[in-house]
Amino acid sequence: MALVEIDNLTVEFGAKGDALRAVDGVSLSLSEGELVGIVGESGSGKSVASLAMMGLIDFPGRVSADRMQFDGQDMLALPQKERRAITGREMAMIFQEPMTSLNPCFTVGFQIGEALKVHQGGDRQSRRKRTLELLDQVGIPEPAQRMSAFPHQLSGGMSQRVMIAMAIACNPRLLIADEPTTALDVTIQFQILELLLSLQRERGMAMILITHDLGLVSEAAQRVIVMYAGQVVETGPVPGMFQQPRHPYTAALMKALPGEARGQARLETIPGVVPGKYDRPTGCLLSPRCKFATDRCKTAQPSLIGPDGRQVRCHTPLDADGRPT
Amino acid sequence: MLQFLLKRLALVIPAFFGVTLLTFALIHLIPGDPVLLMAGERGIAPERHEELRREMGLDRPMVIQYLHYIGGVFQGDLGKSLISKKPVMEEFLTLFPATIELSLCAMIFAVTIGLPAGILAAVRRGTVFDHSVMAVSLTGYSMPIFWWGLLLILLFSVQLGWTPVSGRISALYWVDTVTGFMLIDSLLSDEAGAFTSAVRHLILPSIVLGTIPLAVIARMTRSATLEVLREDYIRTARAKGLSPMRVIGLHALRNALIPVITVIGLQVGVLLAGAILTETIFAWPGVGKWLVESIGRRDYPAVQGGILLVATVVILVNLVVDILYGVINPRIRHTR
Repeated sequence: MALVEIDNLTVEFGAKGDALRAVDGVSLSLSEGELVGIVGESGSGKSVASLAMMGLIDFPGRVSADRMQFDGQDMLALPQKERRAITGREMAMIFQEPMTSLNPCFTVGFQIGEALKVHQGGDRQSRRKRTLELLDQVGIPEPAQRMSAFPHQLSGGMSQRVMIAMAIACNPRLLIADEPTTALDVTIQFQILELLLSLQRERGMAMILITHDLGLVSEAAQRVIVMYAGQVVETGPVPGMFQQPRHPYTAALMKALPGEARGQARLETIPGVVPGKYDRPTGCLLSPRCKFATDRCKTAQPSLIGPDGRQVRCHTPLDADGRPT
Repeated sequence: MLQFLLKRLALVIPAFFGVTLLTFALIHLIPGDPVLLMAGERGIAPERHEELRREMGLDRPMVIQYLHYIGGVFQGDLGKSLISKKPVMEEFLTLFPATIELSLCAMIFAVTIGLPAGILAAVRRGTVFDHSVMAVSLTGYSMPIFWWGLLLILLFSVQLGWTPVSGRISALYWVDTVTGFMLIDSLLSDEAGAFTSAVRHLILPSIVLGTIPLAVIARMTRSATLEVLREDYIRTARAKGLSPMRVIGLHALRNALIPVITVIGLQVGVLLAGAILTETIFAWPGVGKWLVESIGRRDYPAVQGGILLVATVVILVNLVVDILYGVINPRIRHTR
């Protein structure tokens, strides 16, 4: 049985009837130890979807799903208290901005130890020992000294390592990494990713890696989900999906990679921005920005179809040569 | 941290001098002559008038008077009251516990209600509770103390008869002064019921004096909490699976307290200023009432000394707050 089973997850903000759908019918299934990448532009609903999984969407946001299971448990039906017992222990999350994600008023040791205390209890001494182990595992030099450091004394990379230590403190079975390297220097980005991937392999954690970095996903993930304006537009196994993208949006994202532009004067871009609340198209959500859009695309919404594991939301999916069918 | 402290301490000195200069100048700017006021309606012979002025040192130039005064201050001598002939310091110290007691109770009232109300209003932002807290605190903030005090006396003391009108304790009890704090002294005395009486006398003045600080603290706590609740580390705390109680009461509050503590410190000045009115309304035998009376009598040394001592207390409290600020906020503690 899959570790995570999500069917038709929808997250809305704002008044009913006039709501903004940040996440629109997303389905996802994740096995134990699997690494899935979610890619898409800013505003495509990647982060909101993962926050919904963690149960961190607050009023006035509304989360609904036909099914949202973690390890066979219905997350939406669980009482708050039982759900919190899973959040932070069985599933953990790290965020985009490590520098602001740690509480400036508490020491690193306290913040890691707190996760242990809340979920596993134990005495102060054993928590301290475990915190030291964790700091060592995430590659923080002189962990004993770092225990009593405050977040403002750490660099961005160090802060992210602390965040990772905090997330893996209770040996979670699922780790959601929401653009874990976006705010870091390029050299540090690589180190943090290496760390995340090696931890994931060692511990056999399932991982959802949310990123802009297609290159990274193609190397690390077993499966990828491409999101656009709150919807899944294409999903499939890696590397197959990147070798032959079937959705024009995936293809356009690939073409926008700097590596693809060798010999060209200009990098290819996708014109326009992700539609917001007031300019949502009636047909395919990509139609105003898609160079292959037909009249049908402008009036009728395509649905996500295809064999299991290789689905695409397009009326005219691309063929092997990148031409619409 | 040490440098931070030294910097704060260095700032105390000019503040202290400023206060001496200001009180000295202000009191001498008020028209009126203590000798004439002392003489009253009978009047006084011009020769005797001059003689008394010379005795009191009022005939010398202002600058000399000020330097003389400052010289005394540095030796701990604030002069003698022109009226009672007792040292100002002594008079102040006898009355000050009453003011501290009142201000402390007012502050406790303001913090114990203002802080939770502000936090709850922030957590329940936009609800009826939030709006009512904000409306009530705005009203409280805008309420003139003397009027508010009279209204409360009219309702609770006159109409309902729940609380006494004025004073520190019922005339039925005789309590020996040990600490000067009526709550403690009444407990120490063997008079049954004295403590209850002292508490009942404290209720209304504390509420009146605490209303403005309460309003300020509630509003400040609300806005500070709202700001903090939007921070990334609150999301992190929730992602750890912490209970809302712990997220708000520990992770959010600790950060929200930083500006709130500063505001609470500033309210000490407001409290002592408010004490002047409150003590006058409730015939509370404290420093505030004494200052008002001394101004009426043009008792220069008493007013100068009193204001200087009150100002020193405010300066010291703010210094303590600055230190607390460093304790609460590690980012300040570690700046070099």
